[in-house]
Amino acid sequence: MSVDIRPADAAPGRPSRQALSALLYRRGRLRLAGLLTAPAAWLILVYIAALSALLITALWTVDTFTGKVSTTWTLDNLIQVTTDPVYQTIALRTLRIAVLVTVVDMVLALPIAFFIAKVASPRWRGVLVVAILMPLWASYLVKAYAWRNVLAEGGLLEWLGISSPGYSEAAVVIALSYIWLPYMILPIHAGFERVPDSLLEASSDLGAKPLATLRLVILPILVPSIIAGTIFTFALTLGDYITAQIVGGTTQMLGTVVYANVGAANNLPLASAVALIPIAVIMAYLLIVRRTGALNNL
Amino acid sequence: MKLSRSARITLGTLTAVVLLFIYVPLLLVVINSFNGDRSFGWPPRSFTLEWWSRAFQSEGVREAIATSLWVALISTAISLVLGTLLALALQRHDFFGKDVINLLVILPIALPGIVTGIALNNLFTTVLGVSLSLWTVIIAHATFCMVTVFNNAIARLRRTNSSFEEASSDLGAGIFTTFRLVTLPQLRSALVAGGLLAFALSFDEIIVTTFTIGAGQQTLPVWILNNLFRPNQAPVVNVVAVVLIIASVVPVWLAQRLSGDAIGTTRSRKKASPGITKASSTAR
Repeated sequence: MSVDIRPADAAPGRPSRQALSALLYRRGRLRLAGLLTAPAAWLILVYIAALSALLITALWTVDTFTGKVSTTWTLDNLIQVTTDPVYQTIALRTLRIAVLVTVVDMVLALPIAFFIAKVASPRWRGVLVVAILMPLWASYLVKAYAWRNVLAEGGLLEWLGISSPGYSEAAVVIALSYIWLPYMILPIHAGFERVPDSLLEASSDLGAKPLATLRLVILPILVPSIIAGTIFTFALTLGDYITAQIVGGTTQMLGTVVYANVGAANNLPLASAVALIPIAVIMAYLLIVRRTGALNNL
Repeated sequence: MKLSRSARITLGTLTAVVLLFIYVPLLLVVINSFNGDRSFGWPPRSFTLEWWSRAFQSEGVREAIATSLWVALISTAISLVLGTLLALALQRHDFFGKDVINLLVILPIALPGIVTGIALNNLFTTVLGVSLSLWTVIIAHATFCMVTVFNNAIARLRRTNSSFEEASSDLGAGIFTTFRLVTLPQLRSALVAGGLLAFALSFDEIIVTTFTIGAGQQTLPVWILNNLFRPNQAPVVNVVAVVLIIASVVPVWLAQRLSGDAIGTTRSRKKASPGITKASSTAR
């Protein structure tokens, strides 16, 4: 099929643009290259290059006299990070906090998302979604800081007669669950919305009780959305150190160690080695959940 | 779904409790910004407007806000261009290595900020030998902001079919004209939603910023963190926090009005595809 491709609207004074347009129209590959080059180059030259450099830096060391990074190859940092009990304790604590935060958020998010998407009247739905969204946009620091007012000595909890966990690991779990909760509710809510009502009616017409419908019809459709939510809460917690700094008292997380080694201790290679732990954990998690299609729900 | 009355009431109560859990701490910040006592004991014994007037006179706050706005604007602009290009490439074309790019693109938001932060810090200082500045912050922010724009744009592209674009080129429009008159109007609300989210993420970002910002420079979150533990400044931080809470209403309201994808998840999916209807009405 040979069609004369000549854009009708092209101004006669701009033949070069017209020619480029026609060329790009005919050559799909060229069009793709035009679209892909800039963003792919950015991702690779900035992000992938940075991650690779991180891996390499973890194999270097710091000159104890000059305090500069010296390019002597060594496995010392990796060995220290994986075998030193101090780092093991901190890594396990961080992992524990991340898992707890994810579980707490999941338990809170499932019923509330279900209520908003399927139970509440249409008029309330919009209001509730906005109510959930609002704090998502409020500053992260403000939210962590808000918990200081609740947990502090003489704070709200004490006044209510509830014994406050003070500034501790428990406080970190509470504050982080609070901060990341909207990130869990939103994908799960979107998941519930994708479950057609007719499917639920069919299920109940066929005699299924609500719990059976929940387990056999809704849950399988919802899995990718739940996993999308867990990626956020888990990954965001794994790398946090600011909340630990604000409400954690002396609680140290992996991020705390990284931050200390970049700043005060001036040991970038060791910091890089520590940073590889969350990278490894999250990459493993992403590879496991990739098959569920969760990554398209982010 | 048919639920018993008691189940509905239980779910409704749970939702109310969670909302309380979400709003009480924020409300406390608001009340404390008027607290006459520096130590924020609860309940407050006296109220004052002193912190508010001090916050509005603070030079540091104003400079930090200006810096944050500047960084967020440039990062959003870069990420809008790159994110849109990437979404068009991945949605409208098939090519070798597409899966890899698909996974690669979510890494900047799937990996925690501390990883992005230290990786870029290391790239700039050790590998490239560039001194940290606001531009290194902007590069870092654009890298993860691009993903939110991409996510919004590709979700919209998946729901709009390409027949409008085909019709446009059949009628003789060149590809640039088609993009301008057909594709872009279809994408517009998704791009606004993605751009808003990108702007907010950049404006709020603290960890990545801490690792990539030059000495002596402050974005608003950096200013807040620096002053949080200073007894003299803590009340002023409270006021800034309240202003930020109030300001966060604006993007939610905007996004809801535009019924975008990622942020306003409710409306867009129920109507078959608002993108198409909107696009055709504006193109006319």
